[in-house]
Amino acid sequence: MAAPNRKAKKRGPIQRNIVVPAPSPKRFYGHGLPGVDRNRLTGKLIAVEGADGSGRSTQIARLVHWLEGNGNATVEVGLKRSTLVSEELEKAQEGNILSRTTLSLFYATDFADQLENIILPALKAGFVVLADRYIYTLMARDMVRGMNEAWLKNLYGIALVPDAVFYLSVSPEHLVQRTFAKNFALDYWESGMDLGLSRDMFDSFLRYQALVEEQFKRLQSTYHFDIVDGHRSVDEINKELRGKIELVMAGRG
Amino acid sequence: MTKTFAEQNFPGRLIAVEGLDGSGKSTQIYLIKKWLELEGVKVFFSEWNSSTIVKTATSKGKKRELLTPTTFSLIHATDFADRYERQLVPLLRAGYIVLCDRYIFTAFARDTVRGCPPEWVRGLYNFAALPDMTFFFKAQLEVSLQRILDGRPELKYFEAGMDLHFSTDPYESFRIFQGRILEQYLGMSTEFKFLVMDANQRVEEQQSVVRKLVQAKLNLADFKREI
Repeated sequence: MAAPNRKAKKRGPIQRNIVVPAPSPKRFYGHGLPGVDRNRLTGKLIAVEGADGSGRSTQIARLVHWLEGNGNATVEVGLKRSTLVSEELEKAQEGNILSRTTLSLFYATDFADQLENIILPALKAGFVVLADRYIYTLMARDMVRGMNEAWLKNLYGIALVPDAVFYLSVSPEHLVQRTFAKNFALDYWESGMDLGLSRDMFDSFLRYQALVEEQFKRLQSTYHFDIVDGHRSVDEINKELRGKIELVMAGRG
Repeated sequence: MTKTFAEQNFPGRLIAVEGLDGSGKSTQIYLIKKWLELEGVKVFFSEWNSSTIVKTATSKGKKRELLTPTTFSLIHATDFADRYERQLVPLLRAGYIVLCDRYIFTAFARDTVRGCPPEWVRGLYNFAALPDMTFFFKAQLEVSLQRILDGRPELKYFEAGMDLHFSTDPYESFRIFQGRILEQYLGMSTEFKFLVMDANQRVEEQQSVVRKLVQAKLNLADFKREI
């Protein structure tokens, strides 16, 4: 018993510098939310965007592990995870019965519920909030479906501007391969089948993802997110993200 | 500025009624519906907050008091959008007279009282055309309150505006909440060309005024059911 203990002592625990996130001013994209004191939001909000199969979830899981190892408390949010409407949204989508404005507002309700009940309280408590997709995916999807951009901007004027937004960019051709490697099937919505682009799901997937990417690029000019090349290895991408997040934590993001 | 259905060349027309709870607007629109049906007109009636898809989410949110002003606003906008896109617009395209018990002005008034920025709320609903006629049933606040409160009903949390913390007493909260909503309605009256009805009058008197106004504006023969 004694020997390995001494051995461990000799090597010593790994020294980790616990970084207290440096405060940075927070703002909303538009009108914001009634009754929120932005100065009390001392945590950090980091959003990771990208299509299914772009490696978002893998990267976020690693970032959570890393941040927690550094002594930072984290919370994860994502689309369709609200207490309020996630089940109903799921059900409605299965039947594909909602028209586009309704679906758009339903998603916005889901987002707002998480924003007010999870994101903002966590930021007040100084947590690092990792958003597995944020408003940009919702906007890009709606814009592909012909929704008015000004209307969407007003709608998501309630959203808090994240401290960093990373967009994992992967070409549709790669996405399709990654999706098949994982599920052997394409998702109805991720293939944009509701748009009637093509009866052929494979074809529709490629065309839809290209359209979404196009809208992301449009949004990039307004929202300035960081485009990260998602074709590289998990480690390489994670290293890049960590480096950028370290700057954010230091208040220099 | 958003246009009315007529201005957007819809063959149908939309008539909305607005007013406080207890103003008698639901009675009046029910009587309009009866009248139009007897006239052989293609008519459809739609009620605020009645879309079946959104209903479970709304009732869950309300029952468990999960809603904030923002989610309250968004969930009602979702409900409205569902009815608007799947029912109202297709029927108006088919030449129906659509009667709405409450329209976007209810959201404008309530959500603003709840503290949502008015421009944001108006922006949410700007996909919807304006009604061709909006009747606003204006009763004295006390009269509307009495109609509701006389029965000593169990006032629901959001209905009484309890989420706004005006008062811990639901009845007092309801009074203050309704008073604020009335102010909002009055502020919109001119901008949206409300046809202001004296809701303190008898039901029959009001109905006769409403029917006259409808007939003056619409040629009912244009909306007859084809047999």
